[in-house]
Amino acid sequence: MEALDKIKIISTDPYSYASNLKQAFGKPVVGNFCSYTPEELIYAAGGIPFRLFGTKNDISMADAHLQAYCCSLVRGGLEDALKGNLSFLDGTVFPHTCDSIQRLSDIWRLNAGFAFHIDVVLPVKLDTQSARIYMIDVLNAFKSDLESALNVSITNEKIRQSIKLYNRLRQILGEIYEMRCKDPDCLSAADLYHTIKASMIMDRDELLELLLSLLDDLKKNVKGSTSNTNKRVILSGGICNHPDIYTALEESGAEVIWDDLCTGTRYFEGEIEETGDPIEAIADRYITRIVCPAKHLTVTARGESLVRMVKDRNASGVIFMLLKFCDPHAFDYPYLKKFLDDAGVPNILLEVEEQLPSDAQLKTRFETFVDMID
Amino acid sequence: MADQPIIKDPEKEKRKIKSVSKMKEIMTTYYIEAKTARENGKKVAWITSGGPVEFLIAMDVIPVYPENHGAMVGASKMGVDLCEKAEEMGYSRDLCSYARVDISCSVTNGGPIGGLPKPDFLVCCNNICGTVLKWYEVAARYYDVPLFILDTPFIHTTFSESAKKYVITQTYEYIEFLEKQCGKKMDFNRMHQVSKLAVQSLRLWQEVLDTAAHKPAPMTAFDAFFHLALIVTLRGTQIAVDYYKQLRDEMNQRIKDGISMVPNEKYRLLWDNLPVWYRTKWLSDKFSSHNACLVGDTYTSAWSGIMDLIDEDNFIETGAVAYSSVYINVSLDIMLETLKKLIKKYDVDGLVMHSNRSCKPYSFGQYDLQKMVMKELKLPTLIIEADMVDARSFSESQIETRIDAFMETLKG
Ligand code: SF4
Ligand code: SF4
Repeated sequence: MEALDKIKIISTDPYSYASNLKQAFGKPVVGNFCSYTPEELIYAAGGIPFRLFGTKNDISMADAHLQAYCCSLVRGGLEDALKGNLSFLDGTVFPHTCDSIQRLSDIWRLNAGFAFHIDVVLPVKLDTQSARIYMIDVLNAFKSDLESALNVSITNEKIRQSIKLYNRLRQILGEIYEMRCKDPDCLSAADLYHTIKASMIMDRDELLELLLSLLDDLKKNVKGSTSNTNKRVILSGGICNHPDIYTALEESGAEVIWDDLCTGTRYFEGEIEETGDPIEAIADRYITRIVCPAKHLTVTARGESLVRMVKDRNASGVIFMLLKFCDPHAFDYPYLKKFLDDAGVPNILLEVEEQLPSDAQLKTRFETFVDMID
Repeated sequence: MADQPIIKDPEKEKRKIKSVSKMKEIMTTYYIEAKTARENGKKVAWITSGGPVEFLIAMDVIPVYPENHGAMVGASKMGVDLCEKAEEMGYSRDLCSYARVDISCSVTNGGPIGGLPKPDFLVCCNNICGTVLKWYEVAARYYDVPLFILDTPFIHTTFSESAKKYVITQTYEYIEFLEKQCGKKMDFNRMHQVSKLAVQSLRLWQEVLDTAAHKPAPMTAFDAFFHLALIVTLRGTQIAVDYYKQLRDEMNQRIKDGISMVPNEKYRLLWDNLPVWYRTKWLSDKFSSHNACLVGDTYTSAWSGIMDLIDEDNFIETGAVAYSSVYINVSLDIMLETLKKLIKKYDVDGLVMHSNRSCKPYSFGQYDLQKMVMKELKLPTLIIEADMVDARSFSESQIETRIDAFMETLKG
């Protein structure tokens, strides 16, 4: 599968990809850390939204700015910026997420030295009319900030085109997820991980072509029913930047067939209305899709949705993969666990720092878990 | 052995703040009232420390502060046990220790007052952190009561017009929420009186803190930590106004009488972040032994820092903006400006920063602030790694060594 090979190269070394792209086409590359980044507007401005995951290795410079009790995403992101690993970035966008990202934004603005820095202080609650109005105002302000940062004019027409493209991209990703959910053998979980990661960093026009050809390839592979006998599990958490997890799980007899991750379904869920005011339409997608734990919808929305996901996807277990020191996810964990326990769904917690536990340790834990699932 | 009168050290007695007993009395009455509210037909609301409590007072609701409760747990050194209980319930040790001890008190009725009274509803203002949002969601599920969220957008550079509009609209939604919960209309005359009292108590509190600008200081930041409780819990009542008048007068009298809190005050320091509640005495003695006095802090002045933004005749709208502008809801560069003002006002020789594992929004960025303070003001600084309630994160020998070394450089 040629498309998949390309995707893997890009996902494994995104920085080279971005540098080359920049040299070849000179499009502005705009860094971001969050699935609430209004990417549609960045694309409409002619830019490439580039998701940052942060390095996991050799943290030295970030320690001068961040205490030890900070999550590895924030620390690794800052390390990359300070080391100059992100020199291809034209600027960065910080949607309001959690307390740690909030302060990272300040530290970044004061130290990282990129040409522009935009804070998108989105509402934290998404369940009221006034929050919706404020969200629309914030998106409009972001549009103007981008226009001056990139010296372009973002017309409604351009936003509409961008929305169309994004709807298409998200729909294809959804289709790939669905196919894999029915027949996990058509694409390995690790390869799905590469696909979604590449989707968050690539030039989106080029991405569309790649995804289409990947979809074609998969259609040839996919079978009506599956012979895969691994236990079907869902991965839940914030970000996952550890493809080895999927392999370790597979080897222990479990298959990740769906996820509840910011770098997973939360990235592509929800369609944007293609008619009406385009900015309002973008806002409405954020308001209606399943929230991340740093946002408020109702006090049980995430629990209900996770249980529903398990049923809908015919899964038999959930693996919580949480980054150490991540407050929003850690606060939700006990209640999500309770919702699953009450519904009789086996689950385990895997806490991850910069590095994963050793292969052997991982496998022992996963095998024990797989045995819990009957 | 016959009863012998305990001989008190007259020097120490002279330095004790007399108002303390009054303060303890007020707080005891307050907690008794809160715990018996239901019998007296009153509603109880839990509210975050930075939330606009004035509206609750105007509606005759008894406000209860889980954070103040967390501080009490810390001060009574019950933090570790309760934190561990929360961890057993699945709450990670890396979460805010106020939240952990409070959640655990809810479930076990533990802690110094056997848990807080059950809320009729919850009011969460996220102007201090994102933690409170998650914590109040936990409480809303546990008690199965309504939750009102006042969402105050963070100020990185400026507070936009749309953010202003958003918080003002929410203030009206807040009033509607309260009217629904209490089954009665807001009395706006009453509200006006309450806002006046609130602003008055904030002013008085600031006057109290300002007395420490005098050399030598009649009180220290450790005293401010203790006396802060009323500005948090009873702001907007006559009780708070009367009490802070008394306290201010006492401080001014001490200045007249030449009474300082630290016997031979030679070095003046500024404290940043929340107190280390279970070690205030130890830290205070430690600094005193070096003739150093913590004369001011960023934490207790956070409440009064915004009072100039409030117009008491238009509290509903100006208050919303003021509440959004508190010290911890603004970027590092804006914090630096406040820090500089405090450094100048109290004329300090050094800055002590508590890097508080529990409070990420207050602590991340401290290293940058430290560098900026050293560079721009050439002021010596010290960072102590600890936690406000969870004593497992306090290493006495390490902190002692660091304080001693820091004081040596100051004396240098
Ligand atoms: S939400 Fe969690 S993982 Fe994401 S930046 Fe915040 S603390 Fe880190
Ligand atoms: S200590 Fe910090 S994290 Fe905890 S409730 Fe207070 S402001 Fe929030």
